[in-house]
Amino acid sequence: MSLTELTIADAAAGLRARKFSAVELVRAHTDAIAALNPRLNAYITTTSDAALQAAAHADEALAKGEARPLSGIPLGIKDLFCTSGVRTTAASNILKNFAPPYESTVTANLLRDGAVFVGKTNLDEFAMGSANITSAFGPVENPWKRKGDDAALVPGGSSGGSAAAVAAGLAMGATGTDTGGSIRQPAAYCGIVGLKPTYGRCSRFGTIAYASSLDQAGPMARSVQDCAILLQSMAGFDVRDSTSVNCDVPDYSAATGRSLKGLKVGIPAEYRAEGLSTEIEAAWQQGIEWLKAAGCEIVDVSLPHTKYGLATYYIVAPAECSSNLARYDGLRFGERVPGDTLDAMYEATRRAGFGPEVRRRIMMGTYVLSAGYYDAYYLKAQKVRSLIRRDFTESFQQVDLLLTPTAPTPAFAQGEQSDDPVQMYLNDIFTVPASMAGMPAMSVPVGLGATGLPLGLQLIGRPFDEETLLAAGSALEAAAGFTHRPALRAEVAK
Amino acid sequence: MSYTLEGRTGTWEIVVGLEVHAQVISHSKLFSGASASYGGEPNTHVSLVDAGFPGMLPVLNRECVAQAIRTGLGLRARINLESRFDRKNYFYADLPTGYQISQFTHPIVGEGTVEIELADGTVRHIGITRLHMEQDAGKSMHDQDPTRSFIDLNRAGVALMEIVSEPDIRSPEEAGAYLRKLRQILRYLGTCDGNMEEGSMRADVNVSVRKAGEPFRTRCEIKNVNSIRYVMHAIEVEATRQIEVWENGSEVDQETRLFDPSRNETRSLRSKEDAHDYRYFPDPDLLPLVVEQAWVDELERALPELPDDKRDRFVRQYGIPRYDASVLVAEQAIADYYEEVAKGRDARLAANWVTGDLFGALNRTGRTITDSPISAQALGGMLDLVSDKTINGKIAKEVFEDMLETGDSAADIVERKGLKQVTDTGAIDAAVADVLARNADKVEEYRGGKDRLFGFFVGQVMKAMAGKANPAMVNEALKKVL
Repeated sequence: MSLTELTIADAAAGLRARKFSAVELVRAHTDAIAALNPRLNAYITTTSDAALQAAAHADEALAKGEARPLSGIPLGIKDLFCTSGVRTTAASNILKNFAPPYESTVTANLLRDGAVFVGKTNLDEFAMGSANITSAFGPVENPWKRKGDDAALVPGGSSGGSAAAVAAGLAMGATGTDTGGSIRQPAAYCGIVGLKPTYGRCSRFGTIAYASSLDQAGPMARSVQDCAILLQSMAGFDVRDSTSVNCDVPDYSAATGRSLKGLKVGIPAEYRAEGLSTEIEAAWQQGIEWLKAAGCEIVDVSLPHTKYGLATYYIVAPAECSSNLARYDGLRFGERVPGDTLDAMYEATRRAGFGPEVRRRIMMGTYVLSAGYYDAYYLKAQKVRSLIRRDFTESFQQVDLLLTPTAPTPAFAQGEQSDDPVQMYLNDIFTVPASMAGMPAMSVPVGLGATGLPLGLQLIGRPFDEETLLAAGSALEAAAGFTHRPALRAEVAK
Repeated sequence: MSYTLEGRTGTWEIVVGLEVHAQVISHSKLFSGASASYGGEPNTHVSLVDAGFPGMLPVLNRECVAQAIRTGLGLRARINLESRFDRKNYFYADLPTGYQISQFTHPIVGEGTVEIELADGTVRHIGITRLHMEQDAGKSMHDQDPTRSFIDLNRAGVALMEIVSEPDIRSPEEAGAYLRKLRQILRYLGTCDGNMEEGSMRADVNVSVRKAGEPFRTRCEIKNVNSIRYVMHAIEVEATRQIEVWENGSEVDQETRLFDPSRNETRSLRSKEDAHDYRYFPDPDLLPLVVEQAWVDELERALPELPDDKRDRFVRQYGIPRYDASVLVAEQAIADYYEEVAKGRDARLAANWVTGDLFGALNRTGRTITDSPISAQALGGMLDLVSDKTINGKIAKEVFEDMLETGDSAADIVERKGLKQVTDTGAIDAAVADVLARNADKVEEYRGGKDRLFGFFVGQVMKAMAGKANPAMVNEALKKVL
C-alpha cells in the first residue's frame, strides 16, 4: 500500500517498526501536494521544507525510542488556526500577509505530540460557507467525480481544503473547525470522517473566530480510529480560553472498539426533511439496520425545534461574526485603503478586504444586533437556541445517541448553487442543530450514491461523550466497509 | 437651604447625576496579563489580547473582580453574585477589537449609597445606581500623518469601574462633595488612586434643570470632565445654558456635550441622531461571572475602616469635634498620622496641632502628610514636653518651627536653646515684683478698675523671662500681688 493511503494508526505502527522513515512518509505527502495542489487548491500555504525538517527530527526521536503519539505524521492545518511564524489567512484578503507570532492551543498540542504540518488548508473566507467557494484564494475542488462527468465538484465547507487534502492523500489527517457543520458536511462530501467535539472540549485560543459561541475545532481523517487519535491530542482544558471545559480527556482510541450492545439510538423524525435525496434516505435506513445488527435499540424521537435551527443559526452566527470581525479595520491587519476620513478609510479597507459572503454576514449580524431589532431577532434567537438545546437534552434522557444524515445531498458542482445564498445555507440544515446545542457530532462515510459520490451519516452524542460517538462511528465504518477512493488522489498522481 | 438659579421666568433647580470612571488598581489588565501600570513608553504594556490579535481570548482577572467587590462593599451596595460581560460594539479608533467588553445588563454591583456632608453641616445621601466593570480604550491618532496612524495601547484593556449615581445631586457643591467622598472611599479601599490629573478618575456629568415640583426634563451629558472644580463649573455653566434655552421657548436636545474650561462653555459633541448604536450582546468568549457569597464575606472582613466609620470613632474615642474628625479622616495617611500622635496623649491637643500648625506647615512647604518634615513620633515627642510642662504652648510654637527647619527632636531643641519652662516660684515672684515696680502707674490704673491691664502685666513678665515662664504660675503670682 502506498504511504499516502495509510491510516494514521497504521503509519504510526509502520514508523515504529522502521518499515519506512518519517522523512519518506512526509515526502510522499509533500510530493503529492506538489503534484495535485495546483488543481485541488486544497492548501493556501504549503510548508514542505519545514515539514521535511520536522520529519527528520521525528526520525531521530523514533530512533531513540522517544517517539510521541503523532511523531512523523503529516497533517494539514486549516488556515484558521494561528501557527507561529507561518502565514495564517482565514482565506481572507484582509489577513493575506498575516504571520502570527503565536501558536493556537490545538496546533501546539499536535506539535507537542510530534505531528508534522505540511501546510495550511483552504477554507471559506473566515469559515463562512458550505462549499469552499468564498475563499479569497480561490475555490477548492473536491477530489471526487460524478460518474461520467468531469465537472469540478465542491468539497463542502468551510473546512473544504482539509477534507479534500485528507481524501486525496495530501495529508493523513487535518484539523477543521465546525461552527454550523463545517467539519461534518465537507467530511461527508469528501468521503472521510469528521468529528465536531462538544463545545468547550478543544481550546479556541489562537483559532480565528467566526462565531465564538459555536466555533469548535475537531479532527478530520480517513478513519474513525484516526479521528480518535487526533482528538486525543487536540482536546483538553486551556486556561487561556474561558469557555474551555476542565474535564478529563478519556482514552478515545480505546472507545473505537467498544461494544454497542444495549445502546439506544434515537432517530429524530424532524430530520426526514423536504429535499432529502432518496439515496441519502436509503443510506440512513441502511445505517439504522447496521446499528441494530451491532446490538443497538432503535428509538423514534422528536426534536421539535429542529425546523428553527437554520434560521436561528443565521441570526446568532452573523451577530457574533459582525462583532468578531470588527477588529479588521485596516489599521493593524491587511492593506489599508486610503479614505478622506477615518470612517471612509475603514469602509474602503473593509470593502477591499472582505469578500461578498463575509460582507453579507457582517451586515446581517449588524442588523440583528442594532437597537430596535435586538429583541426581535437576537434575543429571540437565543431563546429558540435554548429550546433547541432542550430538545437534545430531553432526547438524551431516552437515548444514548442520535443518527441522522449529515447533508441533504451529495457534493454538487462548483457554480450550481452559488447564486442563491439561502439555497446554499440549506446544506447545513442537518448539522446546525447540534452546533446550536453544543453537542458532539460526527460524520462517517457509509456508501456511494447513484452518481458515485460519497454519502455520510451523522451521529450526535451527549455533551463530552465523544467516546460513544467514536464507538458507534467505528461500528458503522466496519459495517459499511467504505474503501472507495476519490478519482483525484496522490496514488493516481504518480 | 437649597441651590437654585434665577431665570427670567422664575426659579430653577438643577438635577445632576454623575457617571464616574475609576481606574482599578491592579497589577494586570481586566482580561490579560499585561501590566496595568501608568506611563511607560507607548505599547510597552500590551499583550496580544489587548491588541485584539486574531484568535486571542479574554480571561477575567480575579483581582480586578475583587477590587470591584471591595468598592461595592465600600459604597454600602448590593453585590450581585451573578453578573455578565457584554460586548459594546461600535467603530471607534481606540478600540483594538472594535468593541468594548463592559457589564451592561448585569453589573457586578447594584444599588448603594454615599453620604456627603456640605459646608453648612447638612448631611445628604446620594444613591448609587450601579457599579460595573469595563475595559479602558487605547489611544490612536490619525491626523499626524497622511498615511499612518499612531497607536498606543498601554491603556487598552485596563480595568475601569463605572460608578453611576442616581440623579440625586442638586448643586455644584453637592457634586463636588460627592466626588471628593467617592475619591476618599476609593483611596481608603485601595481600589483606585483617584488621580484625576492622570485620568485614573474622570466623570461624565448628566445635567438637567426644572421648576420646583416638576418631573425631570431633558438632560445633557457632559463627557470626560477631569477635575472636581471643572465638574462644578460645568454644572453651573450647563444649567445656565439650559435655562436660557427653555426660557427662549426652545427645547433642550438630549445630546453629549464637552466642557471647555478656558471659555467657560459647553459645546455639542454629538446629537442623539448620530449617537452610536452600541449593539450590545453577551460576550460569547466569557462565561457569566459567578462569585461565592463566602468570598464576598471574606473580602468584607478584610476591608479597611471606611472614612465615615473612622470619623465617628474619632469623635467617640478621642472626644474631638466632628468637623475636626472629618478633616483628619480625609486621607488614610492623615488619620494614621493623627492616631500615632494621639496615642497615649491629649487627643484634642494632638488634633489641634495636626489640623493647625502641621497642615499650615505642609501647605506652606507644598508637602503632603506622607513626606511631612515632622514625623508623627517627633510631633508626639514635642507634645510630651508640653504635657509634662517642660515647655509651654508659646515655646512649643517656636520649637515646632525649629523642628520644621532642622528636623531635630523637640527635646534637643529645648536643650540647645535653653527653652525649658521656668517653674521656680522664686524666679517668677522676682520677675513679677520687678515688672510691677517699673510700672507703678499701670498698677494704679489696674487697681482703679482697669482690669484689661492684667494681660499687659502677664505679657511683661513673660517677656522678662524670655517666654519661658509657666503661664499659669505667672497668672497666680500676679493675682496674689495685685
